Amino acid sequence: MPATAMSAVPHVSGRTRTGRLVIYAIALAIGLALAVAPFIFPDVRSQEVAARICVFIVLVASYDLLIGYTGIVSFAHTMFFGLGAYGAAIALKQMGPGWDAVFLGGGAGILAAAVLAALIGVLSLRVKAIFFAMVTLAAASVMLVLASQLSEITNGEDGLVYAIPALFKPATKLLTNANGRVETLFGVALNGKLALYYFVFLTSAAMFWLLTRIVRSPLGSVLEAIRENEMRTEALGYRVVAYRTAVFVIAAIVAAIAGVVWAVWLRYTGPASTLSFSIMIDILLMVVIGGMGTMVGSIIGVTLMSLAQYYLKDLMAAAAEATASIPLLPHVLEPDRWLLWLGLLFILLVYFFPAGIAGTLMRKGAH
Amino acid sequence: MTPSLETKNLTIRFGGHTAVDAVSCAFHPGELTVVVGPNGAGKTTFFNLVSGQLAPSEGEILKNGEEIGTLSPSARARRGIGRAFQLTNLFPRLTVLENVRLAVQAREGLGPNFLRRAAALRGLRERAFSHLEATRLKEVAHLPASALPHGDQRKLEVALLLAMEPDIFMFDEPTAGMSVDEAPVILDLIADIRKDKTKTILLVEHKMDVVRALADRIVVLHNGQLVADGNPDEVIALPIVREIYLGIPADEEDAA
Repeated sequence: MPATAMSAVPHVSGRTRTGRLVIYAIALAIGLALAVAPFIFPDVRSQEVAARICVFIVLVASYDLLIGYTGIVSFAHTMFFGLGAYGAAIALKQMGPGWDAVFLGGGAGILAAAVLAALIGVLSLRVKAIFFAMVTLAAASVMLVLASQLSEITNGEDGLVYAIPALFKPATKLLTNANGRVETLFGVALNGKLALYYFVFLTSAAMFWLLTRIVRSPLGSVLEAIRENEMRTEALGYRVVAYRTAVFVIAAIVAAIAGVVWAVWLRYTGPASTLSFSIMIDILLMVVIGGMGTMVGSIIGVTLMSLAQYYLKDLMAAAAEATASIPLLPHVLEPDRWLLWLGLLFILLVYFFPAGIAGTLMRKGAH
Repeated sequence: MTPSLETKNLTIRFGGHTAVDAVSCAFHPGELTVVVGPNGAGKTTFFNLVSGQLAPSEGEILKNGEEIGTLSPSARARRGIGRAFQLTNLFPRLTVLENVRLAVQAREGLGPNFLRRAAALRGLRERAFSHLEATRLKEVAHLPASALPHGDQRKLEVALLLAMEPDIFMFDEPTAGMSVDEAPVILDLIADIRKDKTKTILLVEHKMDVVRALADRIVVLHNGQLVADGNPDEVIALPIVREIYLGIPADEEDAA
């Protein structure tokens, strides 16, 4: 056995272990924070951020299954997300706020996403990656146009506002105390709003768990093999096109489920909340920042970026105020310039973590 | 007896260049055939045609009498045609164990399984390890394939082929770039497969000592054409073989 390989073993794996530990600890901390978010961050805005993080972890992790694990570049992920969301939204609007509408409409949206993904996959996953990316871009654009043009059912650019099942209404009392008032736990009312958050959290957790199962399964190995060496995967006897189509459909279904959850949480579905390309870009950035090909990376990428998007402005306002007496600095820290700082943050992250935060610390893809 | 593998008039043209030119040749179980020929003779192209990486311009490829020339490489692999590549062709960022496990699970048809943890499937793991042991790669099982030195990568290439458990083994210069003490490991493995009389082995090899030690039969390709086919001693003795393969012109040989 060659000396070079031998000496490399303990060194590399030691560093990897520390990195792994750090990443898993961070991800676990985020997971726990999300699990008890309504109790430790009870204000409305924090709830909004926590729910968005939950849904986007699923969305980003399912996208990473494509781009990071299998090496498929798609720009249609928001299309599938939107199909799920619009399915639930249209049904809730037309049929009224019942679970039947959520399941029927959401189910139809998920089914539509699966069928569309299978069609796109079968028709175009044989072609070169760049053409496939273009096909998905075209499909996503068409869907965006459809959503704004078919205003009779989608209400166009304004989107749909609807009521959701009674269980999730803030007035719903999950438990009542002796006075007939809503029971509280650690000062938090056990009302429908709480039920809604846990609906979002638990569905997202289940989806994320499913995705981590998939990437560690024999199927997951095949996906990575396709990314690493498509021709050799084929030579081992795997039907590469069938696998790529299958994973595209799986990712589409998961994205559509995330869409249904998002539609129920927001009580609103419009092009800007589900289908827009700015969301697609967010997903891409989150995957890259977290680390492509690492499921935990999606937790970190989504959390970091969501926190920055929601709180960087506040942080800068505070900083500008604190430095008000110093010349120039308050102007640089002007809250309206938050996007500049966000951009700078991305550049630094990509520079110092070329394989994403989780990817770099876990030494994945270091070779 | 039906040959396990047969090519009929197998031809491929790239523009005006005919890389493999009307090669008709039959191979039988229990037989180790060494394919020799100078660089550019069409040996690897011939392999690519048989394993499906290239589509023939003309001709047929039969496995156990059944036409397979139009099937995809993966379909041919599932029918028992296994191939190790000349230029190392691995999954670089996956570990050595994962590389071999992929070949084992392909053989077992376990690819679509998406709910079990691959690492926890004992049967898969044990079989992958047995192939790693055979190729002396057990110690590096958890390194990424790209971290291996060249010789070990060549061994892993062979381990993948073993793990496919094909009926037809195609080795394309398996010992190229290996050190003197590594090559015998691979040659012993090939000799072991040869003992199993149900397997057909095709081997591209340049080293004459290897050829003499292993070959039941030698096929000579030159400019894409099959120019000699027979038992090793006869073929090596043929003047045309000495000329094209060893570069010794037939008329100079007596003088030398």
